Amino acid sequence: MLDILWARLQQKHRTIDFPKGPPPALSDRYQGRPIVFPERCNVECGRCAQICPTSALLFNPLRIDLGKCLFCSTCAAACPTGAIEFTDGYRMAESLRENLIVGPESQGTERGIDVKAHRFFAKSLKLRQVSAGGCNACEADTNVLGTVGWDLGRFGIQFVASPRHADGLLITGPVPENMRLALLKTYRAVPEPKVVVVVGACAISGGVFAGHEEVHNGAAGLLPVDLFIPGCPPSPLTILDGLLRLTGRIG
Amino acid sequence: MSISIANIFSITNGQAAPICDVTAMDRRDFCQAIIEATGQGLRISALFGQPVGGGRTRLWAVLARDNKSLLLLLYTDIDGNRYDSLTPYCTQAHWFEREIFEQCGLEPSGHPWLKPIRFPTRTETAPRIGDADFFRVEGEEVHEVAVGPVHAGIIEPGHFRFQCHGENVFHLEISLGYQHRGVERKLVGGPDRRTLHYMETLAGDTSIGHALAYSELVETLGATSSPARAQVLRGIALELERIANHTGDLGALAGDVGYLPTLSYCGRIRGDALNMTALICGNRFGRGLVKPGGTGFDIDVQRRDELLRRLDILEKDLFVAIGLLWNSSSVMARFESTGTISGQDCKELGLVGPAARGCGVERDIRCDFPHGIFQLEQIPVSTCPTGDVFARGYVRWLEIQRSVTFIREQLKGLPGGDPLVAVGPLKPGRIAVSLVEGWRGEICHVALSDPDGKFAAYKVIDPSFHNWFGLAYALRGQQISDFPLCNKSFNLSYCGHDL
Repeated sequence: MLDILWARLQQKHRTIDFPKGPPPALSDRYQGRPIVFPERCNVECGRCAQICPTSALLFNPLRIDLGKCLFCSTCAAACPTGAIEFTDGYRMAESLRENLIVGPESQGTERGIDVKAHRFFAKSLKLRQVSAGGCNACEADTNVLGTVGWDLGRFGIQFVASPRHADGLLITGPVPENMRLALLKTYRAVPEPKVVVVVGACAISGGVFAGHEEVHNGAAGLLPVDLFIPGCPPSPLTILDGLLRLTGRIG
Repeated sequence: MSISIANIFSITNGQAAPICDVTAMDRRDFCQAIIEATGQGLRISALFGQPVGGGRTRLWAVLARDNKSLLLLLYTDIDGNRYDSLTPYCTQAHWFEREIFEQCGLEPSGHPWLKPIRFPTRTETAPRIGDADFFRVEGEEVHEVAVGPVHAGIIEPGHFRFQCHGENVFHLEISLGYQHRGVERKLVGGPDRRTLHYMETLAGDTSIGHALAYSELVETLGATSSPARAQVLRGIALELERIANHTGDLGALAGDVGYLPTLSYCGRIRGDALNMTALICGNRFGRGLVKPGGTGFDIDVQRRDELLRRLDILEKDLFVAIGLLWNSSSVMARFESTGTISGQDCKELGLVGPAARGCGVERDIRCDFPHGIFQLEQIPVSTCPTGDVFARGYVRWLEIQRSVTFIREQLKGLPGGDPLVAVGPLKPGRIAVSLVEGWRGEICHVALSDPDGKFAAYKVIDPSFHNWFGLAYALRGQQISDFPLCNKSFNLSYCGHDL
C-alpha cells in the first residue's frame, strides 16, 4: 500500500498543459508541415519526383500532397535549390481532401475545419477505432492520447469498444480488401449523426501501399470523410490538434 | 537414409552466398534433412516456395543451428503441385506449409490442417476471408465464441474462434489475413524507392528491427560494410525500440488484470522511450534512422548527453512503475500459472523471442547469431523457466534493464567517423539471410538476387509468424476470460504476419 502511494508521488502529475498552455516540445529533428518555394524549383530537374516513394509531389507550380506524403523529407534533401522545406508545424488536419495539397497559396497554415457541421460533438465525442491494414504506428500514436500524458478524456473524447456506442469512426490503414466488409459493417453500426476521421497517409491515400491490388487506397473512396489527419504516422500532437479543432475546442 | 547435418551448405548471419554453391536436393532428401535437423534441435527460420517457371516450385529452407551460429541452406525443385507434408513429423513446419500452399499452390499432402493463412484476394479460386471452416469441437454443452476481426480497443484486426466447455477453452483457432497488403509481392524486382518504407511499415512498431534486417541484407549483397559508428547507433535504436514496446506491454499486462498504477505509468514512460528515438531521428518509431549503408542520422555530443540524461530518468521511473507489479500479490496471482507452455512444447512449436525465453529456452539472435555491434558487445540472454504470463512479462523486465545498460555503455563509447557509406550494387545470383532479434523475437529476411542484381525473391518472416500458434496453444485448458491477458503476454503483430 505504502509503496503504491510512494510510486504515485514519484511519478508526479504529468498531463500536458496544452491546449491551455503551450504544446509539448517535439524533437528538433521532427519533420512537420512542409513549405514549398516554386520560384526556386527547376521543374526539369525532377530529382524529387524520382525518389518520392508515394508520388506526393505535383508540379507547375510545385506543390506537395500531404495526404500522400510520408514526411521522409528525402525530396527536400535531394532538391539542389532548396525549393522544399519541412518545418516543425504540427497543425495539418483538414476537412477537405483537396486542402491537403500544400502550394504557394497555402504556405504554413491549414485551411480550417468546418466546426458547425460537428456541433453535436463539441462536449462529447466517442470514437470507434478501426485499423484496416494499419501498421500499428498510427494506432500506437492514437492510443497514446489515452495515456496520462495526453489525457484525451478531459476533452470528452474517448475510444469505445462498440460502434453502437460511438459517434464516429477513426480509421487507420490503407483498407485491404480483406477488411473492407468489416469496416463497412462497423460504419453502418454507428448511429447517425456520425463522423469519420482518417489518420495517416495510408488511410487518406493508401500511403506506401497505394496502387496495390490488395488495398483500396484508404477509406476516402469507401466512406464520407470529415477529417483528414496526415502523417506517417502523425505525431500524437497532430492527431490531438485535429480532434480538438473538429470539436471546436480550439480555433 | 540418414543425412548428415554437417554436410549441408551453411552460411552465417548476414552472409551472402552464390546460389549455385547451394546443392539441390531431391525432395525426399530435402524433407528428410529438415525432419532430422529439427529433431536434433535445429529450428526452421524460413521455409518458402519460389516459383521458378515451367510449373515448378523451388522450396527453400533456412535452418538455424543456434549452438554453431550457422544457417543451413537447402532447396529442392518440385514438379507438379504436391509433395509429402513435413508437419506430421515436424510441428514447426505447420504454418510455413500452409503459406507455401497458399502462395504457390503446392499442396503438402498429409498436412493436418491445410487452410489459408492470409486469404489473398488476387486468386479467384481461393476461399474468401471469413468463408473457410473452423476446427470445431462438438458435443453437449460445447459452445463456440467468435471474436473479431474488429476488436474492442485500438488494436489491429484478426479473428479468434474459441471452442469452449463452460469457461474452459478446448481449442482456439486464430484466423488472420485482414491486414494483407501484398507487400512481399511488391518487393520482387526491388530495391526501389518504396522498399525501405515497406520495411519500416511491415510492422510499424518494429520499424527499426525490420529496417535493420533489410539494410544488413542489402549491405551483404552489395559487399559493403556499414561503419562502426552506424552499427552502434543501430544497436542503440534497436534496444530503444525494445524498451519502448516492452514497457508498453508490461503496462498493458497490468491493465488486463485491473492494476491501474503500472498501466498509467508505463503508458507515459513508453512515450518517453519513443521520444528518445525521436530525439535521434525526429520520428518516434525511428523512420529514416536505419538505412542501407548505415544510419540516416548522427548524434552529436549534446544529443548524446541529453539521451544519457533521459535514460537515467527513464530507468528510475521504470524501476518504480514495474517494481509495483512483482510486489502486488493480486497481480502475481493472475500472472502465475496462466497460459503456461512447457519448454518442450516451445521447442516443438518453434517459438521465438520473449515467448521462448519465458519457457526457459535460451534463444536470442543477439547472442546466437551476433551481427553488427552485438559481435563485440554481448547482452546476456534473459530467461525465466515457468512458461506462463508471469515469465513472459518478467523476461521483458529483465530485457529492459539489460537494454538500458547496453545503451548507456554504447552512448559513452561511440566510435568516430561518418555513420553512412554508399552501398555497392547488389551482386547477381546470390542468396543472403539476415536475422535480427526484434523486440518480439527473431526477424528473418531472405533475399535472392537475379542476374540483374534485383530481388528475384524476398521473404520476410516476422517473429509473429512463429508465435501465433503458440498463443493458440497457450489457451488450451485455460479460462476464456484469461484470453486478453494471454494475448497481451505474446502481443503479436497482425500486419507483420499478414504482410
